[in-house]
Amino acid sequence: MTVTLPADGPAAPPRDNGELVFAEPWESRAFGMAVSLHDTGSFSWPTFQAALIARIATWESGHPADECWSYYQHWLGALEDVLAADGTVVADEIASRARELGRREPGHDHPDGDHEGHSHGH
Amino acid sequence: MTRIPASLRTEALEQILTERGLVDPRVMDKFIANYETNVGPLNGAKIVAKAWTDPEYRERLLSEGTAAIKELGFSGPQGEHIVVVENTATTHNVTVCTLCSCYPWPVLGLPPSWYKDPAYRARVVKEPRAVLHEMGLDLAEDVEIVVRDSSSEVRWLVLPERPPGTEDLSEEQLVALITRDALVGVAKVAAP
Repeated sequence: MTVTLPADGPAAPPRDNGELVFAEPWESRAFGMAVSLHDTGSFSWPTFQAALIARIATWESGHPADECWSYYQHWLGALEDVLAADGTVVADEIASRARELGRREPGHDHPDGDHEGHSHGH
Repeated sequence: MTRIPASLRTEALEQILTERGLVDPRVMDKFIANYETNVGPLNGAKIVAKAWTDPEYRERLLSEGTAAIKELGFSGPQGEHIVVVENTATTHNVTVCTLCSCYPWPVLGLPPSWYKDPAYRARVVKEPRAVLHEMGLDLAEDVEIVVRDSSSEVRWLVLPERPPGTEDLSEEQLVALITRDALVGVAKVAAP
């Protein structure tokens, strides 16, 4: 799909510009899922893009005061929307699986009842 | 209902999709690694350096961006409709995607966080001169600023001005001067 280039050198991408591509590991997984699903023909890119635009527009038109901007949060939401629209994976399935995973071990992430601990600064 | 952290939702979705054979985590790993290490602004820098040193290529790049970029081997998702616009002494192009964060991945990699930020997306359209100033680029009053919004099918790439004093540099040496920010249009290329 793309040619391989050396990762070093004066203009080595993309970290040479002082920025990590993904802030947290889950962001890269959400990214990889969408690109991979598109690559195997699960959906067209414009379909995903429209879902992403809709998610961002909804957030920008009004969001909870304690919710910070997170691009990949919307990316993930858009992916869930596209997969739910044709019945590939419905939202409830994801939620119940995620809760199961959250209960894996105490303090692993955020068990039910724990407060939302991601206090990223504004 | 308690909000479920995105990290858990992502993990859950990946598990479900993997179980159904819709994604292969190892294939995902390859896509991610490729965008983390291989695909980035170095590609765009090579395109610009070639355009600076090869007038015929420059012409092709400005008239048929996607095809000229493909000549150098760069293509892929988000690279289907790249239009290259030239910055000159009198016109400065700066790119944005106001609706989401469209960006020419094959030539610039994935967008930096500020490009995706609501503040940049909203403000650069309304007050580009002020935003560029805040990002460290002061343009003379008589330079016309053109904001290129990617919200249609188009992905923009800026062909920055070649800085004076670089006439003797090789294509390879020029590549090293070209930054991502110059290719987005929020900076100029500086001579070494």
